[in-house]
Amino acid sequence: MVSKSYGWVDAVLALIKKDLIDECRTRFAFTSIILFAMTTLVMVSFSTGAFVLDSGLHAAFLWIIIFFSSMTALARSFIKEEEQGTARILKISTTPEVVFIAKLMFNLVMLLGLLVVLYPLYLVLMNPPAANNNLLVMLFLILGSSCLAGTTTILAAIVSQAGAKHTLLPIIAFPVLLPVLLTAIRGTGLALVGNFLNVVLPDLIFLFSFLVIIVTASLLLFPFVWED
Amino acid sequence: MNLCKYLLGIWMILVLLGAFLYAPTALGLGHLSRIIYFHVPLAWVGVLAYFIAMLNSISYLKRGSLLNDQIAVVNAEIGLIFTLLATVTGAVFARYTWGVFWNWDPRQTSIFVLLLIYGAYFILRSAVEDEEKRARMASVFSIIAFISVPFLVFIIPRVYATLHPDPIISFESGFQMDSKMFQVFLASLIGFTGIYGWIASLYYRYLVIRTRIEGDLNNG
Repeated sequence: MVSKSYGWVDAVLALIKKDLIDECRTRFAFTSIILFAMTTLVMVSFSTGAFVLDSGLHAAFLWIIIFFSSMTALARSFIKEEEQGTARILKISTTPEVVFIAKLMFNLVMLLGLLVVLYPLYLVLMNPPAANNNLLVMLFLILGSSCLAGTTTILAAIVSQAGAKHTLLPIIAFPVLLPVLLTAIRGTGLALVGNFLNVVLPDLIFLFSFLVIIVTASLLLFPFVWED
Repeated sequence: MNLCKYLLGIWMILVLLGAFLYAPTALGLGHLSRIIYFHVPLAWVGVLAYFIAMLNSISYLKRGSLLNDQIAVVNAEIGLIFTLLATVTGAVFARYTWGVFWNWDPRQTSIFVLLLIYGAYFILRSAVEDEEKRARMASVFSIIAFISVPFLVFIIPRVYATLHPDPIISFESGFQMDSKMFQVFLASLIGFTGIYGWIASLYYRYLVIRTRIEGDLNNG
């Protein structure tokens, strides 16, 4: 079989490349996530632009925008497979773990793409406090997004097998993600006022350990969701 | 079995009497502190029920017996009721101690999220048609969701400042509860766990009878 001559890394890279090419052709997921984020950002900026906001509020708005725009797009990675009928071929062509890692990486790339567009625009439109510790804020954004991607990958796989597909993911994902969101919002708020690493270290450790645990558990449980 | 039932009844009557007549009131809180004998065991059983449901989910994924899935659902249903009661008693306490029913205190948030996890579990179950698939999806979800529970219950309230009374029996600070209070508290904990066990056993008996009438869960 052809798959035996690939290492698993080659298989993962091939899958990610396939998803990216598919995405570049239709550009559906990426544009929907960017447009959703922009719409929300414009609404927030338009209504609160006159006020000077607390850093906690800035962090909250930022994460609301990220969370809800990502919900619209992260489910697509698996639902698209089901809708286009390619899910069965994917199931027999490679091991479940490879599929999981590839989809996780793809979701991560999408979220990072969103952050690259969103964060500078947010800085421009919303004027957060000038003393902010940019590197730390970006670290929180990346780590938090990784937790989001890590959790929603397996939940999207579960949702793709269920009936009311698109609306189900936020309902299922939110309770599991709440610790992540609370910590990320708090940490981002602290970083926005210019605090240094020592102040926000517990939050960073929290997010990192959550990421490791959830990705490990998802990797172990994914075969049960994926295989018939 | 019947003897256990009656013993449990007598135990709970003693617990009720003890909670209102025997145990002293806590400093500063007055008679409000008596809610501890009901609120904490309810919350404890809520988490315990979810834990047992998760164990059954793992069991189902390992062995494939639909009975494990049924037992998981039963425990989840009972756990939902207990968690709902814990939330309500907590809100009542909050109203009379701090003036508002709900203020998104970290501990209040974590019990609310536990409710959401239960809710999401049942919504997911209702969205999948096929029985085997439903059992598999729900099992995986309950295991994943359980991962966030230790973060919610233990870590977040310790990290964030919370108005919630400190867990007085936290092992770092030693037992600070009055001995009479502690006796009634422990008795209440055992009593509520007993009630949970009794409700669960009734449910299991119902499941067995239903299986006998409708056919084996695996073949029927």
